[in-house]
This record gives sequence, structure tokens and C-alpha cells, in this order.
Amino acid sequence: MSDKLSRRKLITTGLAAVAGVSGLAVAAKIAGRYGLIPPDSGGIFGAGETLTYGAQRILMSSRHSFAREFNRSEISKVIPVSGPPPTTDPYQRDLAGKFANWRLTVDGLVSRPTSFSLEELKRFPMRSNVTHQACEEGWSFIAEWTGVTLSYVLNLVGVDPRAKFVVLYPYDSLWDSIDMVDALHPQTLLAYGLNGNELPSPHGAPLRLRVPRQLGYKSIKYLSRITLTDSLKNVGDGQGSAEPASGYSWFAGI
Amino acid sequence: MAQSVYFPGLAIQDLAVPDAARHSVIIRITHWVNAASFIALVVSGIGILLSHPRFYWGETGGVGTPSLFDLPLPFMLGGPSGWGRSLHFLAAWVCVLTGLLYSMSGLFTQHFLKNLLPQKSDLGLKPILHVASNHLHLKRPTEAEAQTYNVLQRISYVTVVFLLFPFMIFSGFAMSPAITSVFPVFVTIFGGHQTARTLHFVVANFLVLFLLVHIAMVILAGFTKRMRAMITGHSMARRDPS
Repeated sequence: MSDKLSRRKLITTGLAAVAGVSGLAVAAKIAGRYGLIPPDSGGIFGAGETLTYGAQRILMSSRHSFAREFNRSEISKVIPVSGPPPTTDPYQRDLAGKFANWRLTVDGLVSRPTSFSLEELKRFPMRSNVTHQACEEGWSFIAEWTGVTLSYVLNLVGVDPRAKFVVLYPYDSLWDSIDMVDALHPQTLLAYGLNGNELPSPHGAPLRLRVPRQLGYKSIKYLSRITLTDSLKNVGDGQGSAEPASGYSWFAGI
Repeated sequence: MAQSVYFPGLAIQDLAVPDAARHSVIIRITHWVNAASFIALVVSGIGILLSHPRFYWGETGGVGTPSLFDLPLPFMLGGPSGWGRSLHFLAAWVCVLTGLLYSMSGLFTQHFLKNLLPQKSDLGLKPILHVASNHLHLKRPTEAEAQTYNVLQRISYVTVVFLLFPFMIFSGFAMSPAITSVFPVFVTIFGGHQTARTLHFVVANFLVLFLLVHIAMVILAGFTKRMRAMITGHSMARRDPS
């Protein structure tokens, strides 16, 4: 009798295990097709990164998804600086020259690779939003960012339908990337102004990204080049940004 | 004809009655998986906290703005806490998914209704004081008492399962810019991002306190028997099944 019982248990457990494993395989395939697998899905924390990115992307595409916007009266008096600007040339040289010779190169999977001067970017439709930015360390502030939407610039150069990621290169080595969902979101800015003034150097002059639906570290500073690609496998160490190498997630929607 | 058929299932049940399982297999599995994920959440939570051990009230806060309270620790002790965040969310997924399995099975089997909700007759001042005095006198429960939860256990388990854990999940959601972009109410209900962070920390301390008292009570009630009950399901050492 107990033999019979344990055999039944064994068969049920076996069937459940097979169903579980094949279910996972099917789920992974579907998730890959719909762009729900982050570039840092490998390694010990990969399962958590994948579940979070996949779940939040499904949630954010199913409904209206806008970072909260605030009144100007709620702007923080203190805006902490996280990390100083590059201390070496060419950044220091361009900073001294007020970025007159700086250009933002946009290339990769686009119809018309182009580079823009700061003056040209400022002539494009100007957008501002007053948003909350939280650092992964725990502190946060509210500020008004002004710039041109990344989607406006991308539409100008023509996005190849194969493009899946926008890779952003700054003056320093902290390159990063975002998916097309965030790249084309109307709140995602290439910002050149902060609280009504020129973007100060410690906050990312001449131009920084603002992705208000992710933690602060994704809003990378000191931009110099943007490249569109269909895969991040051959960019850097293949994990989508310089962050996973130092332990931080590629996707920071948390 | 039906009467003459031998029912193997009944025979097994009869044998099993005197040594009925103290904890069902689902409860035992979810208990230990949840215990592991909770410890991972505490360790990684401390890892995240060490980078900025100050707390604020309202929407914003940082170096150079007034804080609500400070822990006597420097900033960035232990260096960048990227591992903490990655482990925190991996463990949170494990904790939430096990919690869902536990809750569904508890509703389905009526475990919550039968074993966890305090009975009306126990909710008076007298029975509560009686149990409290037993605990304070470090009285070891009898084996019969250990087969069910007393009123203080029921109140604390219900509080942890239905109030504190959901609170941790929702105050965690409040700190996610992706989730609040879809459901701003998750953060506005707290009155701001920093308030949610502060309360997430305070309630985490209550959960750690619960864990410490829980372990102390397991030791008081007989560590070996209680551990055996939560691992094998039975408080007594298993006899040979034949």
C-alpha cells in the first residue's frame, strides 16, 4: 500500500517537474520574442533581473505609464551630485570652450547617421518635466529638466525597424543602454537645462539622458554619442552597460 | 457490492490518526523557502541601507537636507551596494511567490480559518493574560498544547502574514519608479517616496523582532521536537512504518 502511494507520489512529482521545466522553456522563448529578457539575464542574480524586467515591461505596456510630475514649487532646494565630472581632456578642454566644438553623434541602425551641435539640439522642440529622481543609494530629489525628447531626435535620423536598444556613450567609461520602450517614451529627454538654467557640469553638461521611470544611475551624464543596435551581445562585455560589471542592474525600474 | 470492497485509503487514514502530521507538506516547504528568502532580504536590505543610513519624511531627502533620524553609521560603509539590490529583488521574488502559494493553499485548505484566526473565546483579556504569563514564566507547552497555536501565536502570525508582509511589499512598490508610473497611488498613499522608504525600514525591524521571538519560542517549546515537526511534519521521531 505504501509502495503504491509512493509510486503515485513519484509519478505526480515527475509530471509536475516535466511540466514545470517545459513551461519555463516555452515562457523563456515567448519572453525573448517580446523583448522581455534583459541583457544581464545570466549569472546568479539573472533570474531576479529577468523576472523584474519582464514583469514591469508587461505591466507598463498594459496601461498608461508616466512618471509622476510635480509643481515647480516642489523642486528640491538641494540637488546632490553623484560623482564628479571627468577631470581629463577632452572633457575639460570642451568644458573650457563651452562645448562650442562638441557634437552628439547618432549612428548605428538609423537611416541617416547625423551629428548635432548643442545649438542645433536647442532649436528642436523644447520639453520640460519636473520629476522625482531616486538614487539607488536611497536619497532623492525633485528637479525640472529641460531638453529635447530622445524620440524626436531618433525620428529625425530615422530608426531602422530592427533596432532594439539605444546605446549611450559619455565622455567617461560609464556607457549604458536603454530599450526602445524607454527611448521612445515622451518623458525621456536629452536634457541640457536644469531648473531653468544651463545644465551645470557636475550634473552632466553638455547633455545628459533623463529616464524618469528608472533609478538615477540610468540617466547618464556627459553624452557624446548614441548608437542604435539590434543586439547588445557585442557591445562592451555584452551585459548592456558598464553597470552589471560593478554589481548594478541593467534595468533600474526596480 | 460496494460494501464488500476493501478501501485501502481508509485503512491508511486510520493508522495515521494517532500520529497526524503537525504541519502539512505545503506549509513545511513554504516555511523554509520563505525563511531563506527572508534572511536574504534582511542581509541585502542592510547592504542597501549601509550606503545611505539616514531617513527622511515626505517625497525627497539627501545630504544637505534635514533628516528624520540617522543611524550612527558613515555613508557608503562597505562600498557600492549593487549586490544588495540584486539579491534583494531576487529574494523578494522568491518570498512573494512562496507567499502566494502559501496564501492560496491556506485559503483553499481553510488552514487560516481553522488554525490561524484567533478563536472568539480566546480573545478575552483573561485567556490572553494566561498565555502571556505562561510565556513570561518560560513554561514549556505540553505536547497537546503544542499541537495547536495559542492565542498569542495566532495574533502574531496573522499580523505578520496579513499585515506586515503585505506592508513590506506595498512600501517596496512605492519606491519603484516603474511601478509608480503605472500606479502612482502606491506612493501617494504613503505621502511620498522617502516616507515609504522610512516605513519600509521600520516595519522590517518589526519582522526581524518577530523572527527573534519566534526562534526564542521554538527553543523554549523544545527545539528538537519543533524543528522535527517543521521538517518531517511529525513532532515524534518516526517509527518504522511496518
